[in-house]
Amino acid sequence: MRHLYTWSGILVVVSFSVVGDILIARAMKQVGDVHALLRRSGVWTVVGRVLSNTNFFLGVSAMAVAFFSLLFALSWGDVSLVAPAAASLTFIGNAFAAKIFLHEKVDRRRWIAAFLVAAGVALLAG
Amino acid sequence: MTFRKYLVLAGVTVFAVAGDSMLARGMKQAGGVSVHHLHRLIFAVLNPWVAAGIVLLLAFFASYMNALSWADLTYVMPATSLGYVLLALVAKFALHEQVSPVRWLGIALISGGVTFVAGGPALTSHARDERPFSNRAEDAAQISAGAGS
Repeated sequence: MRHLYTWSGILVVVSFSVVGDILIARAMKQVGDVHALLRRSGVWTVVGRVLSNTNFFLGVSAMAVAFFSLLFALSWGDVSLVAPAAASLTFIGNAFAAKIFLHEKVDRRRWIAAFLVAAGVALLAG
Repeated sequence: MTFRKYLVLAGVTVFAVAGDSMLARGMKQAGGVSVHHLHRLIFAVLNPWVAAGIVLLLAFFASYMNALSWADLTYVMPATSLGYVLLALVAKFALHEQVSPVRWLGIALISGGVTFVAGGPALTSHARDERPFSNRAEDAAQISAGAGS
């Protein structure tokens, strides 16, 4: 029963993390290169653009849900299982989602990297 | 890639691992949280370790958003994982903890993955401009004004 709780928790954390990451990434692409914006029009333009972006708020909400689910999951399961499992599954989920929703060119190099990092994170804290 | 951009990626790495570590430590002190005792979650936030962890994770989030404005998600993600490598190295060389062969293998895999991504381009998704029209028009106006002055 405890395992079921822990893994459901991990699944919820991963799903909301991926949704949050994708929405924030899309929001920041819509805002534009922050370094160029800061140089050209100052910090308030950046803040204004971020705060007027719907994807940003949806992304932050999804990440807030992921964060509180992580707190729950951490209190149910071992940190050495929950943290790396959630992190490595989020890597794989993000690679798929970035390709589909953000039209990123996830070439062989990036797929290999996503799986190497996911495996590495799982080993490191397992 | 400029020096400032590498600095932002370093911020993503360091703030994430420091924030996560403090949060984990704080939650262990705060004890178990369940659906029936939601109020304990509020007390958990009052724990100094949890609070410090949240501040560091906010710093992580600012660097992360900065990085995502000029790089792909699949480029920035591996940078966050370098924090785990950093943590294991600190454990080994600063705290003189035993790092098992399995962990060294994990470090090698993560480092290999990051090297793979770092060798490629940071941004591949700019083929189509998906920004709202107001932002695009504003940028174009500022660029032409800059060119005129």
